[in-house]
Amino acid sequence: MHIVYPVVVSALLFSIGVYGVLARRNAILVLMSVELMLNAVNLNLVAFDVWLRDRLHSGQVLTLFVIVIAAAEVGLGLAIVLAVFRTRRTVDVDRLRALSEYAAEYAAETGSGGGDRDGNGGGNGGGEAAT
Amino acid sequence: MTSQAQPGFWPPSGPEIVFLLLGVVALGSALLVVTTRQLVHAALWLVVCFGALAGGYLVLTAEFVAWVQVLIYVGAIVVLLLFGIMLTRAPIGRSADLDSGNRWAAAVVGAATAGVLVSAVVSGFHAAYTPLEPGRGTAGTLGSSLFRTWVLPFEALSVLLLAALVGAIVLSRTDIGARE
Repeated sequence: MHIVYPVVVSALLFSIGVYGVLARRNAILVLMSVELMLNAVNLNLVAFDVWLRDRLHSGQVLTLFVIVIAAAEVGLGLAIVLAVFRTRRTVDVDRLRALSEYAAEYAAETGSGGGDRDGNGGGNGGGEAAT
Repeated sequence: MTSQAQPGFWPPSGPEIVFLLLGVVALGSALLVVTTRQLVHAALWLVVCFGALAGGYLVLTAEFVAWVQVLIYVGAIVVLLLFGIMLTRAPIGRSADLDSGNRWAAAVVGAATAGVLVSAVVSGFHAAYTPLEPGRGTAGTLGSSLFRTWVLPFEALSVLLLAALVGAIVLSRTDIGARE
């Protein structure tokens, strides 16, 4: 097996993940793209473990560790996304601008800021960012 | 790795053909994940991509990693993502606003990343070759390596997973508020 094949597949998969993270607006789709990037790294690890014939199997063991960390990351990420959805009624990352330096201007542009259920979710973020 | 006579790139051997076909499937489904207009379809294409990658691991003789990939990624993570899609009341059908306005900039950045990475790895590893020998990634060898050499990170990782899941529960419960 030429090592260049899995490594090139992995590089292309990573670039697709980069595109997905930058281009998608839905937070869950961004999480999926992050998973694609992690899988590209896993493929690299396995390929180099096979190439270098590591006696400690560090590449494959590290792949298992990355899979576990990805599971933890998705669990926490989805919990955060659901918490954001509860307060803001949207998971659109383009509209979550409460932490931006120009949050007040964005809120003025887009109106009510996504229709908060409890009314104070967007207001807090907008009020703090008086520049 | 060594300077023994290496087979050339043409004709590709049987495992290489299988791996390349699986890689094409994985890359195509990954492209559909990041371009499809339906959220649920993106999660299902993710299943195809992870399954093809698991097949690639099998070809690379990492069979235990392949089964862990199928169990955890396809079995757990995709189901978790589908739960997330359902719980955020995403539109089930076609939705037009899944891509942000800067997708052309994102495409340029992705293409540039692909160019840099592919040219770097091709120039770095075009001569790397190893014959595949089965049995290097079985559950037995990997398990003995995991519990002899890597047992401390393994235990630390179990604590990390526990902490992450407790954190997820705390974040998603509504009756635990901030302390007044």
